[in-house]
Amino acid sequence: MERSGYKKNREAGRIFGSTGILRSLLDAVPLSIVVLDRHRRIRFMNRACEALTGFSSQEACGVPCCYILRTRACFQDCPISKLDQAAEPVSVESDLINKERQLIPVRITLAPIEDMDGKVTGFIESVEDMRFLRKLDGTMNRGFSFGQIVGRSPQMEKIFQMLPFVAQSDSSVLITGETGTGKDLVAEAIHQASSRTKGPFVKVNCGALPETLLESEIFGHKKGAFTGALEDKPGRFRLAHNGSLYLTEIGDLPFPLQSKLLTFLDDRVVYPLGSTSGFQANVRIITATHRNLEEMVKKGRFREDLFFRLNVVRLHLPSLREREGDVRLLLDHFLNTFATQLNKDIGGFTAKALEVLLSYSYPGNVRELRNIVEYAATICEGGKIDPGHLPTYLLEERESTQEREETQMEPLERLEVRDPQEAGQTWEAMERKMILEALMRARGKRGKAAGLLGWGRSTLWRKMKQHGIEP
Amino acid sequence: MRKKLLIPLNGNDVAPRFDLATEVLIASVDEETGLVEDKTIVLPHASPEDLCHLILTERADVVICGGVEEEYYQYLRWKKVEVIDSVIGSHRLVLKRFMEKELRPGDILREGIGGGRE
Repeated sequence: MERSGYKKNREAGRIFGSTGILRSLLDAVPLSIVVLDRHRRIRFMNRACEALTGFSSQEACGVPCCYILRTRACFQDCPISKLDQAAEPVSVESDLINKERQLIPVRITLAPIEDMDGKVTGFIESVEDMRFLRKLDGTMNRGFSFGQIVGRSPQMEKIFQMLPFVAQSDSSVLITGETGTGKDLVAEAIHQASSRTKGPFVKVNCGALPETLLESEIFGHKKGAFTGALEDKPGRFRLAHNGSLYLTEIGDLPFPLQSKLLTFLDDRVVYPLGSTSGFQANVRIITATHRNLEEMVKKGRFREDLFFRLNVVRLHLPSLREREGDVRLLLDHFLNTFATQLNKDIGGFTAKALEVLLSYSYPGNVRELRNIVEYAATICEGGKIDPGHLPTYLLEERESTQEREETQMEPLERLEVRDPQEAGQTWEAMERKMILEALMRARGKRGKAAGLLGWGRSTLWRKMKQHGIEP
Repeated sequence: MRKKLLIPLNGNDVAPRFDLATEVLIASVDEETGLVEDKTIVLPHASPEDLCHLILTERADVVICGGVEEEYYQYLRWKKVEVIDSVIGSHRLVLKRFMEKELRPGDILREGIGGGRE
């Protein structure tokens, strides 16, 4: 007959004085831990495990472990069956799929929990996220890099020198730079190089959700806080406890939530939606934006006091056109990566292709360069990449001699219109280039691109048709 | 209106992993009359690519599954297949919840879970 949850907990309670202390202890451990009963049903998951799997301890309670952890080992060779033969804890390498649909390599270590009579009453399982170690294997001996960021220009060297100190400091970090410059990679690299590396790294895109959902997503909510809040939700702050919380597009954070974030930065207390009591969260904040926060503060769209709190350490990532010598390095790096992934024998770029690629301004920065190389590697069947393998818009832009000057973060209200006479281009070519840049900035959204250009949508549609730009 | 559902199985439950399932339930449900017919197919081996192919050849409208990698989720969505993922529960309860139009991604239907395996 299955022992009641109360009796099971009592064994642990005898050791630790109370189950509350046991829970707090396990929550403070930066390793995912699951406590199972002898029928392999989950009794408790610590915070690290909640962050790893995406399930809360409350919803996982009573569910067989294989439905929550979902590791390959559960179905191929459950480690619990190996415990019968082994006197020591059992460790296996496997992978799991979390609620965010990520496939994560893990190492599972399982040990039995025994009562005073030596009878097995349950199991304790630790689940180690192996992603960092796997990445480290790949990057250990790679020069000109920090984490996954590659560069050898003086501008990037400066960043690489600063990163270890920034990582170790535990201060809030604000990362700025144009879109596609690697802000996400830098944020993750800071976390991995910090003392919080064993803790969770939780990312939230402040521009991706409407305000009501964003508050619940970031700070959590209590059951009954609003219609549809059927149970407590931990929120990203709780999931990031003892780790780092990365808020990207911080410039898009709604004003009311800016106040709530400021409260956390001052008191280190998080108040879930619908709750009057907060909890202490040990979280490092890393933020990023492509917007000009100083301008937003002047216009009253971003809180000045919050800006000062976030701007303790500021890292500005240069645009690709400012990184002398890095374009060639990155072209070769990504070509090598994609040729390996696609299992193709591609020796490099022809001189003509290199001429095109080195003269392009990359308004989309490293992300655009990566996409171009991926496209070329996919199209090329082998040998070398020639101009025929490159996206057609690159070849049309090739004749442009004007470098695009762009402030680091431009408000989305308007795009500058330059005098085509200065550039020595026809107006038609200039207009085409502007449209393409606006579309890239707006990530393909025509309404937004039209806004950037100061045009109506129908005007943009008509001009795209005129220039032969396919929607 | 009739819909065709495909549910990867682990015993009597929705399989926790889309990519490791070797058995699928294919069910046709009518909005008004309920379950019309169902059949179970055993796959020769676990393969997410083969499972995606089966989903398309069977012209399933909806896939109800456990954990699925983003790549396959996006592929099925691109092919206009509705995917309700991270569902935990016995296939009977899940079907019932679906026919009541109350099934959501991440739903955990505790009754009878794990009844089909040890």
